[in-house]
Amino acid sequence: MSVAEMTSIAQYLTFTLAEETFALEISRVKEVLEYTSITRVPRTPDFMLGVINLRGNVVPVVDMRVKFGIPQVEKTVNTCIIITEVSIAGETTALGVLVDSVQEVLDIEEDKMEPPPRIGMGFNTDFIRAMGRRDSGFVIILDTDRIFSADELAVVAASQN
Amino acid sequence: MAEQDDRFLNTFFEEAYEHLASFENTMLEIESVADNSELVGRAFRSLHTIKGSGAMFGLDDLSRFTHEVEAVFDLVRNGKLALSRPLADLALKAGDHIRCLLDVARAGGEANCDAGEALVAALKKVSTSSGARKADGADPATYRIRFAPATDIFLKGVNPLLLMAELRELGRCDVYAHTDNIPELDALDPESCDLFWDIIITTTRGIDAIKDVFLFLDEESEVRVDTIDDGSSSEISPDYKKLGAILSERGDVDSASLEQFINARKKIGEELVAAGVTASGKVESALMEQRHVREARASRAAEQGASIRVPLAKLDQLVNLVGELVIVQARISRLAQESDASPLLASMAEELERLTAELRDNSLGIRMVPIGGTFDRFRRLVRDLSGELGKDITMTTEGGETELDKTVIERLNDPLVHIIRNSIDHGIEAPDTREAAGKPRAGTVHLSASHSGPNVVIEISDDGAGLNADAIRAKAVERGLIAADSTLTNAEIFPLVFQPGFSTANKVTDVSGRGVGMDVVKRGIESLGGTAKIDSRPGEGTTIAITLPLTLAIIDGLLVEAGGESFVLPMQTVKECIELTRNDAAHSHGRRYINVRDSILPYMRLREWFGINGNSPDIEQIIVTEVGGRRTGIAVDRVVGEYQTVIKKLGNLYQDVEGISGATIMGNGNVALILDVRQLAAAVESQENEALAGR
Repeated sequence: MSVAEMTSIAQYLTFTLAEETFALEISRVKEVLEYTSITRVPRTPDFMLGVINLRGNVVPVVDMRVKFGIPQVEKTVNTCIIITEVSIAGETTALGVLVDSVQEVLDIEEDKMEPPPRIGMGFNTDFIRAMGRRDSGFVIILDTDRIFSADELAVVAASQN
Repeated sequence: MAEQDDRFLNTFFEEAYEHLASFENTMLEIESVADNSELVGRAFRSLHTIKGSGAMFGLDDLSRFTHEVEAVFDLVRNGKLALSRPLADLALKAGDHIRCLLDVARAGGEANCDAGEALVAALKKVSTSSGARKADGADPATYRIRFAPATDIFLKGVNPLLLMAELRELGRCDVYAHTDNIPELDALDPESCDLFWDIIITTTRGIDAIKDVFLFLDEESEVRVDTIDDGSSSEISPDYKKLGAILSERGDVDSASLEQFINARKKIGEELVAAGVTASGKVESALMEQRHVREARASRAAEQGASIRVPLAKLDQLVNLVGELVIVQARISRLAQESDASPLLASMAEELERLTAELRDNSLGIRMVPIGGTFDRFRRLVRDLSGELGKDITMTTEGGETELDKTVIERLNDPLVHIIRNSIDHGIEAPDTREAAGKPRAGTVHLSASHSGPNVVIEISDDGAGLNADAIRAKAVERGLIAADSTLTNAEIFPLVFQPGFSTANKVTDVSGRGVGMDVVKRGIESLGGTAKIDSRPGEGTTIAITLPLTLAIIDGLLVEAGGESFVLPMQTVKECIELTRNDAAHSHGRRYINVRDSILPYMRLREWFGINGNSPDIEQIIVTEVGGRRTGIAVDRVVGEYQTVIKKLGNLYQDVEGISGATIMGNGNVALILDVRQLAAAVESQENEALAGR
């Protein structure tokens, strides 16, 4: 495999929300945790679930279902928290992402990516970086920089509305 | 290798700057101290170290210049040159030049510090005008002198007191007078000297200088000088010989009888006296020697840097780890308290709790530094500013040994600078104005630090003109902060100066009044979890009191629950807990007030504030809190108890959530939120105001 080929293939961690499969760049993912008890932080938007204790550190958790406007469901054994590293206001912060289940690590070549459709997604397509094609259909590759930006997660502004 | 060089070089710079700061402080201190020999010695040592290590790193400019300054201080140290104010000024300028050289050397550029040659010339002039240089002083050594003058010494015109005074000039002296030989009163001859003395002296001048003092005594007087601690030994333990050893070495008791008593294992001095082997005076004198040498060694140990330089990051890491240990310990303690736990586990958990608490206190203690260093830095600021403004201002300090977390002290620097500048610029009047007001020409800025419960209180007071309540009021009205017809007491008016952009000074000077005002000070202090209070009397001065927590990492908290969720209140804000029955709540007509011992207490419900669903229990608990002199009740479902709270940041996502200041991890591994009582109280107040406005 040539260097060019290697660099054109990126690895993604796929997870599910409702019936859809989503993907995050693997380089942004630190670890995957089982669902654990989350302490609610009051007076914050609903999608900000609260904080968890990650080996002595307090880490905020975002509920992707609420963020994408998908109705919430009971937690199952498959419910997971993906710990990602995001840059908020110039500082790297750990952020937990609550998802229905984690699937697999997937190689997606650059030429199998397609731009996101403008309509028919049911949620803000700004968050989608691309649609990755694979045998069984599409994976929605999320734009982590966008979705987990300070503006999107601004808890205070939202809570005052 | 190069990397290692860098590291050494960094250490050198760090130390050099430190020595330089110490040198400057010493210069500033010297002016206000009468006996400054010790201070001069300290200044000399600082210079010497900078010179020596500078030469080692090939910083020839630095070492050459420092050498000149050192030469002058050598003269001062040997008493050949008096330390005058002009000399201190020169020394401070020299210090600035050394700093400049250090800065240049560190940045690696070309030297462009021009002051050097002029300073060298000035220094040379000072040093040559006062004679030749002397050899370097030796380490301080301690000597024992047994001085038993002949009884007819008075007749020969010798006054032992003068000899003793002469000895005192050589160094620190402890004197014990033996009265054993004094006869009964009827046999006493007032013209004969029946006393003899033991003198323990620590000096750098050597044994010959001591012998010189007794040079003119005839042979009938006994003078024995022994070196008991030559100060050169690398051993810096403050332990000194046992009492028995001292006595037998002096020949005051023979070793055979000593042996006997050591075996008896009682307090040896008392026993020896009781048995009549030696006189009580001799024992006391020996005890004095023991004490003297111990002290001398202890001070040497402190000087020889019985300390170690550690990067702050390592300490932070240590404190973090201890914080996690405290959490694990809390979990184990909880487990041990469960009914089916073995008693062995319970006792081990108890032991672990004790050790953890000690470890925590110790490791937090490492980060504590005395605030005196910060105070000393302001001495220069006060001196320079008062000179610039043509005012005569002295700075006095108190409680410099009070310790605070290093981070707190660092972040306190700017607010303090601001307050002091304000005091000097706006507070203290010009000398003529002061005189006209019947005050001394020289103004005073007083800095003090003291412990007050879990807090440290820092006060900055001046004896200046005080705040002008009318001007502040007018300004506040102009800025729309208060209504024009509102009646406010002074205590309500003064805090208005903490509002943004608030300055009553008419003119903008170079020193202060550049638009950034006391609001910056207040914000800085509040970010440290502290409070600032201001008090002032017209014509008498202004005092600003800053109350700060000792440390930022761990606090005592009160764990409470509301709707199954746990919260922690900082213990320092909690005054008491009272019950709120459903009846009480109903009788207050929906308004959030409760009567506590005939005073009205506004309160808030945590459930409502945080939108927690479900029914509250029949009896709620109201935590009475007090922040900034204002009492507010916070109603919760249940009080769990005291809780050692390791503060964790909520991260920048949650940093602006109103009413929450952080988080902590509880014994069961869950996260509990720490309430920001100040914000909650402010919210209650604004609710109240809204309610009033709505009626």
